[in-house]
Formats: sequence, C-alpha cells, structure tokens
Amino acid sequence: MKKKIGFGDIEQSVYNAVLKAGVILPEDVKAALQKAYMDEASSGSARESRSTSVISKILENLDAAEKMRIPMCQDTGMVIIFADIGTEASVNLSDIDNAVNTGIAAAFSDGYFRKSVVSDPLFGRENTGNNLPAVIYHQLVPGNLLTLQLMLKGFGSENCSGLVMLNPTAGIQGVISAVTGIVAEAGGKPCPPIIAGVGIGGTADRAMQLSKRALLRDVLDRHPDSRYAELEEQILLQLNGLHIGPGGLGGVTTAMAVKVEAESTHIAGLPVGVSISCWADRKQKIVLGEE
Amino acid sequence: MERSVRSLSLPMSRKIAADLCAGDEILLSGTMLVGRDQVHEQFHKIIKAGKVLPVPLEGETIFYMGPAPAPEGAVIGSCGPTTSSRMDPFTPELLDAGLVGMIGKGPRSSAVQEAVIRNGAVYFYAFGGCGALYAQKVTSIVCLAFQEFGPEALYRITIKDFPVIAAMDSRGVSIL
Repeated sequence: MKKKIGFGDIEQSVYNAVLKAGVILPEDVKAALQKAYMDEASSGSARESRSTSVISKILENLDAAEKMRIPMCQDTGMVIIFADIGTEASVNLSDIDNAVNTGIAAAFSDGYFRKSVVSDPLFGRENTGNNLPAVIYHQLVPGNLLTLQLMLKGFGSENCSGLVMLNPTAGIQGVISAVTGIVAEAGGKPCPPIIAGVGIGGTADRAMQLSKRALLRDVLDRHPDSRYAELEEQILLQLNGLHIGPGGLGGVTTAMAVKVEAESTHIAGLPVGVSISCWADRKQKIVLGEE
Repeated sequence: MERSVRSLSLPMSRKIAADLCAGDEILLSGTMLVGRDQVHEQFHKIIKAGKVLPVPLEGETIFYMGPAPAPEGAVIGSCGPTTSSRMDPFTPELLDAGLVGMIGKGPRSSAVQEAVIRNGAVYFYAFGGCGALYAQKVTSIVCLAFQEFGPEALYRITIKDFPVIAAMDSRGVSIL
C-alpha cells in the first residue's frame, strides 16, 4: 500500500513550512546561538561586550518574531527546495513544482514576508510580486516518499558565495585555505555567526549545489565519514581564528558550524564550492507519503 | 564590564556626529531616511544631472533597509539592516552633500571611510537579521519618493530607542 501524495498535500505542507521557517528558527540553530553566546561571554576577549551584545540582540529578535508572528529578518530570501522524489512514490510529477510554488506564494502573502524576487536579473528587474520562482533541485531516490527540504536564502549571505577550482594535488590544506579565504573576504557582510556549507568534488556547478545541500544538515550533527568530520572541525577552527565575530564586530565565533558534502570528481580537478548561511539558517524538512 | 548606552536624537548636527566614538552603544530616537540600492542609484543620477534631490540631506541619517509588508494594525513589518557595502560606490557623494549618518551592516570601503572623516560623519552598525526587533522601534513611516520601487522606495521613519553601535567614526576609528 502506498499513500497517494496529492497536489493539496504538497501545497499545504510547503505553505506551513515556509511560514514557520521565516518566523521560528530551528532548535539546532537556536542551540548553536546559545552556545556561541556562552563562548563569547567566557572568551575574555576585549571585544566580549560587543559580541555578546550582538548575540543577545539576535535572541531577543527571535522572541520578538515569534511573539509578533512576523519574519525574524526582512530578507525572507529566495526559496530553495531540494525535492527528493522516491521512484515508487505515488505522486503526479507535474504536480510537484506547481504545488510547491503555490504554497510558497500563499505563505509569502499571508506571512507578511517581503517579496524579493525580480523576473529578469538584468533588464528591468521587475518584482514578480509573489517571490516566485523558487529554485528547485529534483533528484530521484529509491522508495515511495517525497522529501522536500527547503531553505529561505537571504542574499546578504548569498552574495558571499564562492567557488574555487583547485588543482587535484591541493589536498586538505588547499581546501581549508579556499574556504577560509572566501569567509575572510565576506567579513561581516553575511551576518555572522555563519554556517558554512562546503561542496567538494563533482563539477563547478555540482560543487555549488552540494554546498547548498550541506546547509540543510543539522547544525549539531557530525559527518558520518570520520575523515570529513575531522575536516569540518579543522575548517571551523580556522574560520573562528579569523575573529570576524558576531556581526563582524570581532569575537571568537565567526562560524557556528561547517558542513561538508563530497562527491566523485575528475582526475584533473578538485572543485570547492562554498555557500554561506547567515545566523538565520531558516530550513525545514517535509516528508510526504508515509503510512 | 558595565556597558553604557547613550541616547541620541535624529536628525543630528555635524558636530554631534563628529563627536561619536566607534564602539559607542547608542539608542536612536527621532526621524531618519530609509533607502537602499535603488534610492542610491537614483540619488546618484539626480546629483550627476545637477538636479535637486527629493529631500535635502543636511543633518540626515539614512538606514539601509527594505521593509517587509506591515501586518494589519502594525506600523511596519520586519525591518532590519541590509549589507552596506553595496551602497559604497554612491556614499561619498551623499556625505559630501550633507548626509551625516548611515545605518547598515558589514564593512565599508576605504573611499567611504575617507568621506566619513572628511565630512565628520558616522556609520552605525545595526544588528543584522534583527528585523522583528527593529519593527518594534518604528512608530511611523511615510514614503517620500520612488514609490514604484516598493520596499526599495525612499521612506522617512520615526523611531524610538533604536539600538545601534557606532562602527566607523570621524577620527578614522572603525570596529569593523
């Protein structure tokens, strides 16, 4: 028995998820912010009062958003959706994007989210008025579920993305330097403390996509491959050594986490894509088709 | 360490702006302009054409922000700062035209810093991402020009106890 996934199921769940994402920060990110506050307060740094000020304002802001039911940040972003479609899922494929887009538009209207998408990037830059289209990545997976992972991606941080096509022999140090360079260049622009998503391998475009998918992981989780878990820790140490700090005003927490996703690549290359999330790592996961 | 937070009224004189020190935590009250990318491009075109700006800049502070829509019964929606560096290419000429304060997030160019020093101006850091918090500090909003740009129009807002940190001062000190 498979459960039929209808247009309305997708639309309603995306609507709920987008509304929630914009207003309420996931628990893992909140916990990471609280840890960052403690780290700053006990750092003994001369800049401690400013870095704790920044994080306490962020926590105050989260309370205000929940209380007033308005977005925590006025940049409610472009919506990015990773649609993992089970090959056995009982869903009309032509429904998926339409239902996703309908749900997003309704949530942006009802939630008093800012409509930030323009129809043409260069000519006219006319606002579409409903924050559509979303960026949707489809992937076929085994099983009968439809999993939609979404994030609201603000552009203060998105503008700090980067891609470095390293030589294949650049090794671990090359990867660490590439990521650190991109985060150093970003400085206080992407609203630190950030979460760095790193995609390694594939092609240039694939590495960037992996870096986005990496941002969907639980901030507090550990990479299942111990080599990559260690790499994540090494990069995090380097990033926090930059002392960009909360809000870019200095401090020991430039990044709350580094998440790496790796994939096969070509003998001649070592692509490294970096996507930065601001502290407002607004993500939600929807699983449809469960019994 | 005890933090002292001082209050400041907007608009402000050049003398008051020039006396602020990077690192000062400040609560702003009064009125200020709101504008971001489109307003800056339009201002640049107007100045270049030798025409008159829709509002005189003398003594004004501008907040780099594009608000989310206001819920029913509210003054404004979520309204935190946007990244200031995108305004950098247009900023020196606005400071030279009388602007004394800017509010945003993130670092500024050296050309902006030089113009801040030259004009005795100040750049304030507003808490990035804190749009809901700032919505509570705005008591009125009116559109002054460029309504066609929606959230990117030129607004004037009235604020009360709006928290910022002086980030770049007229002596060339920066905490960024």
